[in-house]
Amino acid sequence: MSKIPDNQGYFKEFGGKFVPETLMHALAELQKEYFCARRDKKFNKELKYYLGQYAGRPTSLYFARRLSKALGGIKIYLKREDLLHTGAHKINNTLGQALLALRMKKPRIIAETGAGQHGVATATVAALFGLQCDVYMGTEDIERQALNVFRMKLLGARVVPVHSGSKTLKDACNEAIRDWVTNVRQTHYIIGSVVGPHPYPLMVRDFQAVIGQEARRQILQLEKRLPNYLVACVGGGSNSLGLFHPFFKDKKVKFIGVEAAGLGLVSKKHAATLVKGKPGILHGSKSYLLQDKDGQVNIAHSIAAGLDYPGVGPEHSYYKKIGRAKYVVASDKEALAGFKLLSQVEGIIPALESAHAIAYLKKVAPRLGRNKIVVVCLSGRGDKDVDIIKRYI
Amino acid sequence: MMNRIEQKFKELRQQKKKAFIAFITAGDPNLSTTKRLALEFSQVGVDILELGVPFSDPLADGPTIQAASQRALKNKVNLKDVLGLVKSLRQKTQTPIALLTYYNIIFRFGIKDFVKEAKASGVDGVIVPDLPVEEAGELIKAAKKKSLATIFLLAPTSDKQRIKKISASSSGFIYYVSLTGTTGVRKSLPRELIKQVRRIKRITSKPVCVGFGVSEPAQARWIARVADGVIVGSAIIKRIENNLGQSGLVPKVTKFVRGFREAI
Repeated sequence: MSKIPDNQGYFKEFGGKFVPETLMHALAELQKEYFCARRDKKFNKELKYYLGQYAGRPTSLYFARRLSKALGGIKIYLKREDLLHTGAHKINNTLGQALLALRMKKPRIIAETGAGQHGVATATVAALFGLQCDVYMGTEDIERQALNVFRMKLLGARVVPVHSGSKTLKDACNEAIRDWVTNVRQTHYIIGSVVGPHPYPLMVRDFQAVIGQEARRQILQLEKRLPNYLVACVGGGSNSLGLFHPFFKDKKVKFIGVEAAGLGLVSKKHAATLVKGKPGILHGSKSYLLQDKDGQVNIAHSIAAGLDYPGVGPEHSYYKKIGRAKYVVASDKEALAGFKLLSQVEGIIPALESAHAIAYLKKVAPRLGRNKIVVVCLSGRGDKDVDIIKRYI
Repeated sequence: MMNRIEQKFKELRQQKKKAFIAFITAGDPNLSTTKRLALEFSQVGVDILELGVPFSDPLADGPTIQAASQRALKNKVNLKDVLGLVKSLRQKTQTPIALLTYYNIIFRFGIKDFVKEAKASGVDGVIVPDLPVEEAGELIKAAKKKSLATIFLLAPTSDKQRIKKISASSSGFIYYVSLTGTTGVRKSLPRELIKQVRRIKRITSKPVCVGFGVSEPAQARWIARVADGVIVGSAIIKRIENNLGQSGLVPKVTKFVRGFREAI
């Protein structure tokens, strides 16, 4: 069997390295450093230390009794990434990449952010390790995620507003890449999801795989069997892949990725890349992409800034192609209902991103059957979203 | 069969002259202006015309060319329109034309179809700033068959091994990116630029042209001492931007371009 991804970073036809020549050297350097680090005991020990003592791992796998009951008796477990330091799964990846930046002796890190969760997680590790930090964020997101902007500034990072194009995550990525091309010699770009050129999709997935590794261990302990379903929201796709990947070989465990249907799939104001897109190239890799017939990238829409992205990680495209995962959608409206439901029956206020996973479950749970076990990745907490919610309730 | 770009460098070499390559975005501010500019440029001695295909996410470009792309996209200019423009230019000029396009545009169009239609329209070469040689196998193969030049970029961060590899895959010329960064005018260029170009020229026998950041004729003259050609884009587009909606746009921009031609 061939290696997935192969040495060029291809998950079959998806992935690769589509970047300006200026960055090729930095990618080769990163690849070399990462492959050394992942086999290095000292690196892994250090990462484990920070994940445990600083970020608060392992996170619990919590049996949501009242939610299960409300949804017809299936057994729903929540993987509580929302309980991590900084409030979302993003810190798993930024800790790993910051340690890599230190190994590569890069004094400066940059990041793109949509919801601001990755930006906060990056600003946090910058403070922790004494690195200089600039975070690119679209002006629309700066407005709708003001709390996170303030947090990043408190942590000592500079938030660079991006006015171009969509004014959201896509253009924040463009600007971060432009910064990286300019300052590549002293800067490491911490990409926040399983997107971008090789080795990022692989590396970020590895750092996030701790979610699925723990969940697998925990569910076997609690239920003595594997779950029937794994459900997670998909923007770029890092929390979902982190949960799914360690179960890849457990063929009976079904993966469900929930994309944002925004105002509805027919409205074209959505972010359902895998459901509605076609293969294309954006931000360094070949994957599904929301685009028009000429190959111009569409502007995505979602109430959840972290899902508001027209691309998706290449490994998800691969999972779709081989049928390993099923990709579905939940709309803005459904996500809001999911948000309310979880808040009211479990006392857990989820991030709007994660609320999409709850929303989808709400739609299908009654049909799944009583004894089925579902693990949902609760990727982040919703404090950041209360301003948006206020407008809708 | 030698294409127009290779032919041009052969001529220039015989005349001991350097190439002046002018970049504009097709459709900025509209296709008819691009056509008039292209024809004027070839009149004042632009050796190679580089035409940009507008793209929604031009991540190798600075603000000036981003804005040009946006103006062209407002008119919904697509690859087919740009090829149509080249076709109509070919009735009046034999100036070599290279297209600069991001990879997704070609990928969506179909690589073989792109090469076939580009060649049939009179395009001589293609530059894809987000396509490193490692990913370009299919394009190189198709382009070779039709003798469409594949112009790859080299950067200050490219090591000797990459210079060799990129040179081997390049035809027409090699595009040396003068600095680590995006396109856009700069007051000054890196001092080590001359040394870098000399280094590359020791490794390859193919023409090496320098672009990114070149904003004035004096800079172009400095580069042309060692390089086989100089590429100017953002500085020209700035002149277009400053004269938008004015009847003097074409003559003003042409005058600016002539200044470069005379300097090198």
